[in-house]
Amino acid sequence: MHLDEKIWLTLSFGMIMVFMLLTGYQTFALGMGPPSHNETIDPQKVDEIAPFNEPGLKQIGENEYELVMTLQLFSFTPMEVEIPAGATVHFTLTSKDVVHGFQIADTNVNAMVMPGHIQKISQTFDEPGEYLVICNEYCGVGHQFMSTTITVK
Amino acid sequence: MGAVAEKRNSTAFRDSANKALGLNPQDANISKAYLLVGFIALLLGGLMGVIQGLNRAGVLELPTWLNYYQILTAHGLLLVVVMSSFITIGYFYAGFSHTLGGLLPKVRKMAWIGFGLKIFGFVLVVIPVLMNEASVMYTFYPPMAAHPMFYFGLVFIVLGVWMLAAGAFVNVANWRKNNKGQHLPILAFFGTGVFVLLVGATAIVAVEVIFMIIPWTLGWVDGINVMVSRTLFWAFGHTAVNIWYLTAVSAWYVIIPKIIGGTRFNDYLTRVVVIALVIMNITGGFHHQIIDPGISLSIKYMHVFMSLAIGFPSLMTAYAMFRVFERTGRRKGGKGALGWLRKLPWGDVRFLAPFIAMAAFIPAGAGGIVQSTNQLNQVAHNTMWVVGHFHLTLGMTVVMTFFGISYWLVPLVFKRVLTPAMNKVGVIQTILWTIGMTIMAFSMHAVGLFGSPRRTSFTTYGDFSSTLGWDPYMAAIGVGAVMLAIAGVLQIYAVFNMMFFAPKGKTEFPIADVEPDEAPTPYFTERWGVWVVLMLIVVAMAYVPPLIDMIVNAPPGSPPFKTW
Repeated sequence: MHLDEKIWLTLSFGMIMVFMLLTGYQTFALGMGPPSHNETIDPQKVDEIAPFNEPGLKQIGENEYELVMTLQLFSFTPMEVEIPAGATVHFTLTSKDVVHGFQIADTNVNAMVMPGHIQKISQTFDEPGEYLVICNEYCGVGHQFMSTTITVK
Repeated sequence: MGAVAEKRNSTAFRDSANKALGLNPQDANISKAYLLVGFIALLLGGLMGVIQGLNRAGVLELPTWLNYYQILTAHGLLLVVVMSSFITIGYFYAGFSHTLGGLLPKVRKMAWIGFGLKIFGFVLVVIPVLMNEASVMYTFYPPMAAHPMFYFGLVFIVLGVWMLAAGAFVNVANWRKNNKGQHLPILAFFGTGVFVLLVGATAIVAVEVIFMIIPWTLGWVDGINVMVSRTLFWAFGHTAVNIWYLTAVSAWYVIIPKIIGGTRFNDYLTRVVVIALVIMNITGGFHHQIIDPGISLSIKYMHVFMSLAIGFPSLMTAYAMFRVFERTGRRKGGKGALGWLRKLPWGDVRFLAPFIAMAAFIPAGAGGIVQSTNQLNQVAHNTMWVVGHFHLTLGMTVVMTFFGISYWLVPLVFKRVLTPAMNKVGVIQTILWTIGMTIMAFSMHAVGLFGSPRRTSFTTYGDFSSTLGWDPYMAAIGVGAVMLAIAGVLQIYAVFNMMFFAPKGKTEFPIADVEPDEAPTPYFTERWGVWVVLMLIVVAMAYVPPLIDMIVNAPPGSPPFKTW
């Protein structure tokens, strides 16, 4: 093996190990793991089961909210939410039919929402403005219309 | 002693006969059929692609009878399932025939049965897609449910793949029996790896389709486990695209050095790269599920590791390729740090296209690493970024390598030659394809970072302010798509010319030799039984714990939905 090949292989291996360590550090030490909530629900009885029997925004602390939301063809419930600037919102999500995606443009909020599973993700909205929430997993013929907004005041 | 010498002589005779004849005509017919179907699929799939590009650009409104998602489903299936796999099989079967001294008669028969099964399966898939009864995309995520015929078609495609894999294994085993203690010729070694992966990957999707989806769409069971089906899909779905990548890699290691007048990279390391890609590939699919619910962080972390590990053999490949180019360029008199670059045959499409394909894999691979790590995946997942990524990997790295292959393989099997005119068409085609794909993939990556979703027909979300900023990128995607369409038509023109109109003649199967002073490769690289067992162990490590968890802690199943 040539010397430059050994250097290259060491660098390649080292780079992958650094990616691994950083990913692990972010995930486990900084608590920045990807949305991975592990709780199931009967996908056909979402409307009857708490907290999804009453979807909506609930204040749970000082400038801290839980937003219980259902995703269904081709809408979000509730639509058009308003929160104060600097609020931290804990999203609790499930699907009533097929697989949907939950993405807020211009943020890092991005999660898969499966029927039968409850998904959770949090975000602090520091900048006032209107945020676009979209479904980013193909869910059917009206998929491109599946969007809503979060207004931060 | 006498028998061994005789056998060696007869092998040598067959080898030289093969070199003189190119391919046995009956074997060539198999490759002809596969290549023909592959390029027809490119034409149709490409047409679907340009329609989508123009729709996303906001230029083309689709008629009401034609659904964007129907076209998207057809585009994915035609290009990922039909075009790539048919060209791969045509290429490797030609390779087996050439390097193993011809296909066995029963293998030839198996190849034709496999062809029939695949075509029959594909017809079953395409009918419901055309009738808008199966607009479920390449991923067909339950509980979205297509017409049952769609899934039966998939089963037949898988059966066809298994038949071809069995044929490949029979031919390879026969060669090994007759050439005890020898190393499998390198192209056949790559082919073995590709068919091992094809069987591994399709076995998993067959379980999903046969045991979960078909009973469910027929109404025999009420609900389906959404997470399990999705996990099984990705164990197949990502591996499938990596199989086409491994095919392209085989041409880089084996064919390109010959075309530029050089020798292969170290045989031992080449075989290690193949083995590594085979063992580690299937587990890489899990990174599609980094932001799924119902999977613990520790499992996801293990899978980040398994996905990233695939980067290692790819980085080895990057080194190997440039080493070969440099060595060859210097031998031809290239001086200085970069003078060897000028000695490479840039005007030869058989080199130019795969070279650009390789170069494209540098950003493509880097984008892949982004998607397989937790935090970055969350930014890019399901956005146009992903579409940009696989147009760089599949659309550029793999497909351009296939194009490069076509300029010698098509004349070879059709007993014709590559004319300077077709070479020129190929060079122009390559440049157009490169520019088109660069514009399109760059715009897709960029607009994806801003949040533009993938797999969505034209929309501005009610003229929402931030989506208006996406528009210029979308327009660029449309421009790229049009250029790609023109390049695609040129490619198909060249292929049909080389099939039916180019002057008759002999084309050589370009397989490079190893360096003369290279140390012999250790024989353990030939232990395919061990590699398959290792692959199974790695797959089991990756998938058994999360699947058990998904089955034991399953929610009530979902009924089928037709949402289009």
